[in-house]
Amino acid sequence: MMDLLTASMSETRKAIAEKKVSAVEVTKYFLVRAEKLNPTLNAFIKFNPDCVKQAESIDQKIAKGENVGVLAGVPFGIKDLLCTKGIETTAASKMLTGFVPPYDSTVVARLKNAGATIVGKLNLDEFAMGSSNESSFHGVCKNPWNPEYVPGGSSGGSASAQAARLVMGTIGTDTGGSIRQPSSFCGVVGIKPTYGRVSRYGIVAFASSLDQAGPMVSTVQDAALTLEVIAGIDDLDGTTSSKPVEAFSKNLSADMKGKKIGIVREYHNSELVHPDIRKTYEQALETLKNLGAELVEVSIPLTKYAVSMYYLISASEASSNLARYDGVKYGYRSDFKDLSSLPLDDFYAQTRAEGFGKEVKRRIILGTFCLSSGYFDAYYNKACQVRRLLRNQYDEAFAKCDAIISPVSTTPAFKIGTRVYDPLKMYLNDIFTTSTNLAGLPGMSVPFGLTSDGLPIGIQLTGHHFQEQKILNVAYALEQNSAVKGKTPSVY
Amino acid sequence: MSTKISYRGFEAVIGIEVHVQLKTESKIFSADATTFDSADNENTSPVSVGMPGTLPVLNKKAVEYAIKTGLALGCNIRKKSVFSRKNYFYPDLPKGYQISQYDEPICEHGSIQFEVEGKSKTVGITRAHLEEDAGKSTHFGQYTLINYNRAGIPLLEIVSEPEMHSPQEAAEYCRTIRSVVRYLDVCDGNLEEGSLRCDCNVSVRKVGETKLGTKVELKNINSFRFVEKAVEYEIHRQIDAIENSEKIVQETRLYDPDKNRTFTMRVKEDAQDYRYFPDPDILPVIVTDEQLALVKKSLPELPLQRAARFVKDFLLAPSDAHLLTEERELSDYFEACGKACGNYKAAANWIISELLRELNDSKLAVHNSKVSAQNFADLITQIDQGVISGKIAKVVFKEMWDSGSTAADIIKAKGLVQVSDVGEIEKIVADVITANPSQVAEFKAGKDKVIGFFVGAIMKASKGKANPAIVNEILMKKLSE
Amino acid sequence: MSSDKFNKDVIQKIANLARLRLSPEEATEFSEQLSKIILHFDEISDLDTQGIEPLITPSEIEYSTREDAVKQNFHAADMVANAPEKQGNLFKVPPVV
Ligand SMILES: [Mg+2]
Ligand SMILES: [Zn+2]
Repeated sequence: MMDLLTASMSETRKAIAEKKVSAVEVTKYFLVRAEKLNPTLNAFIKFNPDCVKQAESIDQKIAKGENVGVLAGVPFGIKDLLCTKGIETTAASKMLTGFVPPYDSTVVARLKNAGATIVGKLNLDEFAMGSSNESSFHGVCKNPWNPEYVPGGSSGGSASAQAARLVMGTIGTDTGGSIRQPSSFCGVVGIKPTYGRVSRYGIVAFASSLDQAGPMVSTVQDAALTLEVIAGIDDLDGTTSSKPVEAFSKNLSADMKGKKIGIVREYHNSELVHPDIRKTYEQALETLKNLGAELVEVSIPLTKYAVSMYYLISASEASSNLARYDGVKYGYRSDFKDLSSLPLDDFYAQTRAEGFGKEVKRRIILGTFCLSSGYFDAYYNKACQVRRLLRNQYDEAFAKCDAIISPVSTTPAFKIGTRVYDPLKMYLNDIFTTSTNLAGLPGMSVPFGLTSDGLPIGIQLTGHHFQEQKILNVAYALEQNSAVKGKTPSVY
Repeated sequence: MSTKISYRGFEAVIGIEVHVQLKTESKIFSADATTFDSADNENTSPVSVGMPGTLPVLNKKAVEYAIKTGLALGCNIRKKSVFSRKNYFYPDLPKGYQISQYDEPICEHGSIQFEVEGKSKTVGITRAHLEEDAGKSTHFGQYTLINYNRAGIPLLEIVSEPEMHSPQEAAEYCRTIRSVVRYLDVCDGNLEEGSLRCDCNVSVRKVGETKLGTKVELKNINSFRFVEKAVEYEIHRQIDAIENSEKIVQETRLYDPDKNRTFTMRVKEDAQDYRYFPDPDILPVIVTDEQLALVKKSLPELPLQRAARFVKDFLLAPSDAHLLTEERELSDYFEACGKACGNYKAAANWIISELLRELNDSKLAVHNSKVSAQNFADLITQIDQGVISGKIAKVVFKEMWDSGSTAADIIKAKGLVQVSDVGEIEKIVADVITANPSQVAEFKAGKDKVIGFFVGAIMKASKGKANPAIVNEILMKKLSE
Repeated sequence: MSSDKFNKDVIQKIANLARLRLSPEEATEFSEQLSKIILHFDEISDLDTQGIEPLITPSEIEYSTREDAVKQNFHAADMVANAPEKQGNLFKVPPVV
């Protein structure tokens, strides 16, 4: 039997289609592995009881000679922010405990349609608000490279499960770095597509103008293939683009000759950056230069304000998006003894006070404030105006280069519970990732370096709108020269 | 400017918001049905129940209907309009916000014209914007139950300028809006089912005062008659309050038709902070010149224009023309009937006096009538050709209404053909004169009034079938002999 | 330095608007943290954005609409299945006056 720990998705699918291995065997292999390692990692918060059944139906199709999709028999884990029909979906919040959606998110529907099996639902920061996975109602998820460390967030469960290879692929979501930062912390490949590339239907909304889902997987090849499957216009999301989805995986090319790689002047002397991160970044520049790429300096002065813009806009949108959690239709309702004498406002206020965690409440308060009368112009609207100016600066930068290279985060993974609880300090760590979402650009993290403690470090690539192919290609080139290549986490 | 209407030295200022339910098959942002009588929560989906991650996708038809109505109201149609979120908590609002249009509505700056007591009145339309309806709450004292079948049904909210000054103007404004949207076929106009909801903002001020008084919003008015009564009541309530040195509170009041009074629903303490912001889930609505031209071309003739044409081309009385154009269906019927018989005036008279009476008595719509426009025209032709008298025609019409038969069949079956044979009529006239010598004497003595008596007796003797013109002629001749 | 934009009265007013009951400790904590945060975010106030149209959707996506067609894929029972309290196929809430 093939080595499922290293096999690519397309190799696995081919072996299944040619009946060298059954989908059931593959699925069971990962199920056993996940059940064994999950108690250490807390990556999965729910397993799908129908997973083996899905695999059986793939095998039956193959036995009957029917066509199967490009991910036939490939087991996936799904961030618990994406609705899964018939499987509890909680957004890692008490507020949504017990919620069983009668519908699939489009991303999950497309994966299933391509033959992927769904192993279960992955941990995250509550409502995707956080960057360490410590705000999950289901408890913190661990970094498989060192279980004393956070996996990053908010898609921490996806990064952790993928790094420990509990599945062949995972889906994460990214509002301000939530795919890229944990991918960097856990040494996996994660891509946040262009805004509008992937349907948001069925993904618990955090900030509607910033959210995108994307693959968090082992290789650039697998990322490209998964993206092909989940991308493209969707009737259920009016903000998806009708742009054709290219054959990203077939078109992959590591040829960097003549490629122009932008380096952002404003990032140069960032004092915030950890020395190991800086070293990795400089090595990546060196590698690309050696491969024939041309490094060009670009300037995006407004990136300095990205964190402020990001939190003002995302909190505003979130305050409205989270208004639907009110104890009426689904999810948590405070245990009221007697409805008949209960004032409606108390019904709401108590239910929401008990159902939401602290970080979520903090952002609801911030966002409600930014939209409230007297403050709208100074905060929400002002941030949206600066957002346009920021995008314009990116448009100018991409006139000069094919992709922009930068660190993903200021630090590598940190120890659980060690961050003094200072939200502002925590927010400021998102300096490299948030502007990508604000400008709607595709961005990804590819593992490239290691800290002195042996933790992985990713490199971020950002492309112009709908230019995912270009950043996938640069990542493909870096991947082949990565220090993380061939290394496995301690929990493996 | 029309002359000010004064109430005890006060002037009323009225602005109206009409919520028009657009007649689409599916909801504004989801594919759920919009049927009125569905089982509890049967017309819902994850989108309309506001389940996590679901997204609105705009219904093309709702936009088209909004443009159509906007054009009919003489509005500017924005090339780019924006949906915003109006944030507030209420159990009938599944997402915690209503998707509506705020500072960039699809239609703006229009006007509407109508007549009140024979005088023409023009009222400005501030804006007309698209939004989604909320669900329905049913109250049981101990608890409330929520049904989201209505949540997401497309509404066009038409907002007038505060330019009406009497209850009659307010009611006529609402009637005209209803007539227009029914002409356009964008709304069924059913007030009882809530397809059209009129909220009136009423304030009063001393005549001559330029500053507006504190306005009160009247809601839940489900007939035009009640619009008139509610506004009337409210004007006097406010004047009474001012005269008693009480303060008018800015509030929402409901009208109770049984008691004919308004009462407080809720006081708007601190103005609600709805935290409007553009909905990032919906791209701005783009209306192209081509689309606008296409909708323009599809616009039907509107009631006011049509009434004017009826007066000009068919020489109808303005009041008749108005009556016949209130409903598009009726005016289409009238035109078809007039065209088929060639006598529009007669068609107008007959439709108003006979058809409308029957329709009202049986509470039916024009399309329910068993008498088709063509059959009605045939009946009028029978009169015009002297086959039957107008009096007999009424009997024939009644029969047509009941049975659906044609005029010709009924006239034939019942032997109702008018007698125009001079010999036969002469004989009846002679018999009547012979039988009534004293009346003949009165006539000779100069009492012309007895002619009526003779005509009646002759018609009775002929069972109403004698041609009245010939009867008259022969009678006068014989009496003068 | 700290801003009083998030003093406790403001926090309370905003919490009411957001229908969130905050404990006194939470209110104090949020007041301190958010005052610091908003002070930092005030950095954007110096930027000149005169006449700049706010950007909402960051990438170019063509405006499109749905055809007006009914698709009834769900039944009432599916829609109320997750309700904390229901009666028949209706959602049950406290009396709304
Ligand atoms: Mg209104
Ligand atoms: Zn409205």
